[in-house]
Amino acid sequence: MTSTSQINTAAKLKHLRNEGMPFDLSLVKGIRINRSAVERRAATLGQRRSIKKEWQAAWLLRAIACMDLTTLAGDDTPGNVHRLCAKARQPVRTDLLKELGMDEVNLNVAAVCVYHNLIKPALEALEGSNIPIAAVSTGFPAGQITVLQKIKEIEASVRAGAKEIDIVISRAHVLTGNWKALFEEVTLFRKACGDAHMKSILETGELSTLTNTAKASYVCMMAGSDFIKTSTGKATVNATLPVSLVMVRAIREFHEATGFKVGFKPAGGIQKAKQALDWLILMKEELGDDWLSPDLFRFGASSLLADIERQLEHFITGRYSASYRHPMA
Amino acid sequence: MKIKNIYKSMEYGPAPESPSAAYDWLAKHDKKFSLFIDGKWQAPGTGKYFDTINPSDKTFLSKVANGGKKDVDKAVAAARKALPAWVRAGAHTRARYLYALARQVQKHSRLFAVLESLDNGKPIRETRDIDIPLVARHFYHHAGWAQLRDTDLKEYKEVGVIGQIIPWNFPLLMLSWKIAPALAMGNTIILKPAEFTSLTALLFAEICEQVGLPAGVVNIVTGAGETGAALVNHPDVDKIAFTGSTDVGRIIRRATAGTGKKLSLELGGKSPFIVFEDADIDSVVEGVVDAIWFNQGQVCCAGSRLLVQEGIAEKLYKKIKARMEKLVVGNSLDKGVDIGAIVAPVQLAAIEKLVKKGVEEGGAMWQPSWACPTDGYFYPPTLFTDISPSSTIAQIEIFGPVLVAMTFRTHPEAVKLANNTRYGLASSLWTENINLALDIAPKIKAGTVWINCTNVFDAASGFGGYRESGFGREGGKEGLMEYVKLKADDKLATSPLRTSIISKKKKTAILIPEIDRTIKLFIGGKQARPDSGYSTKITDPFGNQIAEVGAGNRKDVRNAVEAAHTAEGWANLTGHARAQILFYLAENLFVRKEEFAARIMQQTAMSQKDAEQDVNLSIERIYHYAALADKYDGNVHHTTVRNVTLAMPEPLGVMGVVCPEHSPLLGFISTVIPPLSMGNRIVAIPSQTSPLSATDLYQVLETSDVPAGALNIITGKKEELSAVLANHDDVDGLWYFGSRDGSKAVEIAAASNMKRTWVNYGKFRNWQDSSQGEGEQFLRNATQIKNIWIPYGE
Repeated sequence: MTSTSQINTAAKLKHLRNEGMPFDLSLVKGIRINRSAVERRAATLGQRRSIKKEWQAAWLLRAIACMDLTTLAGDDTPGNVHRLCAKARQPVRTDLLKELGMDEVNLNVAAVCVYHNLIKPALEALEGSNIPIAAVSTGFPAGQITVLQKIKEIEASVRAGAKEIDIVISRAHVLTGNWKALFEEVTLFRKACGDAHMKSILETGELSTLTNTAKASYVCMMAGSDFIKTSTGKATVNATLPVSLVMVRAIREFHEATGFKVGFKPAGGIQKAKQALDWLILMKEELGDDWLSPDLFRFGASSLLADIERQLEHFITGRYSASYRHPMA
Repeated sequence: MKIKNIYKSMEYGPAPESPSAAYDWLAKHDKKFSLFIDGKWQAPGTGKYFDTINPSDKTFLSKVANGGKKDVDKAVAAARKALPAWVRAGAHTRARYLYALARQVQKHSRLFAVLESLDNGKPIRETRDIDIPLVARHFYHHAGWAQLRDTDLKEYKEVGVIGQIIPWNFPLLMLSWKIAPALAMGNTIILKPAEFTSLTALLFAEICEQVGLPAGVVNIVTGAGETGAALVNHPDVDKIAFTGSTDVGRIIRRATAGTGKKLSLELGGKSPFIVFEDADIDSVVEGVVDAIWFNQGQVCCAGSRLLVQEGIAEKLYKKIKARMEKLVVGNSLDKGVDIGAIVAPVQLAAIEKLVKKGVEEGGAMWQPSWACPTDGYFYPPTLFTDISPSSTIAQIEIFGPVLVAMTFRTHPEAVKLANNTRYGLASSLWTENINLALDIAPKIKAGTVWINCTNVFDAASGFGGYRESGFGREGGKEGLMEYVKLKADDKLATSPLRTSIISKKKKTAILIPEIDRTIKLFIGGKQARPDSGYSTKITDPFGNQIAEVGAGNRKDVRNAVEAAHTAEGWANLTGHARAQILFYLAENLFVRKEEFAARIMQQTAMSQKDAEQDVNLSIERIYHYAALADKYDGNVHHTTVRNVTLAMPEPLGVMGVVCPEHSPLLGFISTVIPPLSMGNRIVAIPSQTSPLSATDLYQVLETSDVPAGALNIITGKKEELSAVLANHDDVDGLWYFGSRDGSKAVEIAAASNMKRTWVNYGKFRNWQDSSQGEGEQFLRNATQIKNIWIPYGE
């Protein structure tokens, strides 16, 4: 059984870090994805399992522990990042946690995710908390800068104190079928990350097909990604269950082939507690309980927490809650 | 404390759906239900009731009336009485009622879902998300057909009083598949639900009351097998529609033989689930779950035979086992279970027995590590590998959550294994190669082919079997045909229409050259001597011998059937190619029209004018079906999931055609050419007394490029030869135009392999009248519809 402290400590991995594997085009070419069948499974996942009452409260708390609390906006300032970090430390009102019997659990989010420029204020705000900072990188969100610039950006963020780097892949490599180039690029990024954990954002909304998503997932894992992540949150279509299903199945396949466990991070558009439950069910059903901890699973979210807080209060009081009753991020 | 523990363990908890509304409904009826007859709730004449229980926890739910023969009589009388007004009510009125039923089902959808789940043991997820929405959809869809009956089906009318018997695996869904099309087409109904699962049908009866459906239009008579038998045997029932086991289907086929009752049977299956090496394997695993662990595997079209390409078999088995480990078995009202309870102890025992047999026969059985709950009738998901086609469990329908797996090497071997069964209800095939998928789909002998999906249903698509899985379709326009009949068929005569009109004095035999001719049989494109070595005298109507023909026997029929099977190329020709050959046949017949007219006159003493007209009409009729050979081409159905649903008419296969006695050329052409034009290979038995028009065709066939074996002709004793055909298990269809007794004998014998039959019950068609002598029904009875579901999207 997982101990509470482990749940909250992403840095202490229970599994071997993914070291990647040599590029193997045949593994990529052999991938087959049937969209209709994937959608059918995705649509029934949440119907086959129902999380109610205490279980719902507990699972929502776990969703918080797996959350990369995020702000990625042009108008971010040290001020709102400080506020976000305060929320990361204390994501749920202490009186509610007490009611839930969770007051002894040091519940905080998995990480705070910001742009490079905001690493410093975030570091200050999170000092002493053990909450890592994730920085988006490599020309996020479009990635349309040179490889050299991308590597320099990673290195700068790592130097500035980011423990996790969320890179974006070059969608052009996927759309032109240049899997080798994608592999080489991500391999370089991983090297640049050093000890910092690398999450590879596929931006699936721009990859056109689920087959491309599956192939890109596999190539990114071959190149040593610690996580694969669906989206930047900036595209028209962001995290969806079918896309996530395809990605977690790729993770399973990679694990079976190499023994390495790679994490998954859906991001963008996950705003409701009910959605969070659907994703947790997806992880439990397709990958197993190991992937319900922050070292292998993250939500990239900004407004999800507020909805979860309201649901938790409703569980306790039986009354529907209002968002102003919960401290804002 | 508890939340903290769950937070750590991340286990699932119980998520029960409340049964209280369903319990309230049962309590309101004092847990005792009578019969719904003539719009009133009536106690059974038997005075007997039986218990219905919840198989998830063995608790008593209610008492249900055990209807007897007298109750069935009452219900049939009520339906008969209600029929004229229901017919007069008209298309639009019926459409409104069906629409109201659809709305009511939706309004009470959760009560239906909970009640069904309680009574049957199936997971609430399935009744809530699949069964009940499909029920509502079925009534909506048929509300539309009700509206369209008088415009789209102008030549048809209602069949009359319909007896319907449904199974326990999808109680309300099967009710809707039966009742919606029957009502839409203007029929009245007596429905008998399955003994284990009557409750939702009784709730449905209340909804019929609520929408003000006229009394007697729908009658619900609960009961067991004897109640069903009373309905089947009732003389005033015009049609029986049955869904259930093949054994019972066979009994019903025999019981209704010769009565002229229309019959549709949706029976068992052992449906193949074929996985090619280029499939999306993870999706295949979920497909397997939907195929065999849907409704506890108690699904007639369950994908129960897994056929895997050898190279990926181990990988797939491993993934399936991992998936099985995660399935949840439990109380049907828990929203988190995948598999509910088996419907009854007798079914559970049957499953256990077959699984034991599978183990004894050396199958490698695998079940998940966890144990099922013990408070109800549960059985764990089970996988058998190392199974060969000769294993009992590879052949017998288990009707439980048990999958048997086999491997294949090549695509043709996959087809062969898939078709190595008496059944032919459904199939599922998985490949990412559309070329392969569309190559295999027509080769599978099954009424439904699901490509990269399984157990998908919709009201707009016809569902039903090939082979011993029964006949008739439910859903789609093809399904309506089970509940209508041609208005023109009311005009069929009870005596032959034509008598000889030339006096005895004016003999016509002079037209035939006096050279001794040996008229043989026509088998496999060759003129073959009869096995018996006997010949039969053929005389004119005045008793003068005009020829001798071979006396065909059972061995000749056997040879002809084998020749027909080897002529599979005829079925694979394009419609255009078959049309060309048939046009050429007409052309060659035209060249010899005087000779054929003379032969008709000689055999029947018909006037020259009439004989010439018969020849001309025969030529025209060949043209008619040649024209249709590439035009009778099916539909693309508007189903509700993202896919193309192709409804393709396919030839039955090898057919016997026992031709009319009285119209030696036109009768032969009118009955042989339509099935031939659709790609069937024919063994024809020409008129026994006047076979010479058929035997004269040998040379015409030979010169017209009709492939060897596509059409075989056996002269001889009609009843004897038709009995051989009717009892032949490798004959797929049989048309019989003869006596009433002969019709009955054919229908009884056909039950053995469930071959499709079309018989005349001793009635006579006027072959010169195109409304009786030709038409779509001749093609419909020569084909069966296969629905192919092709989801798309990349």
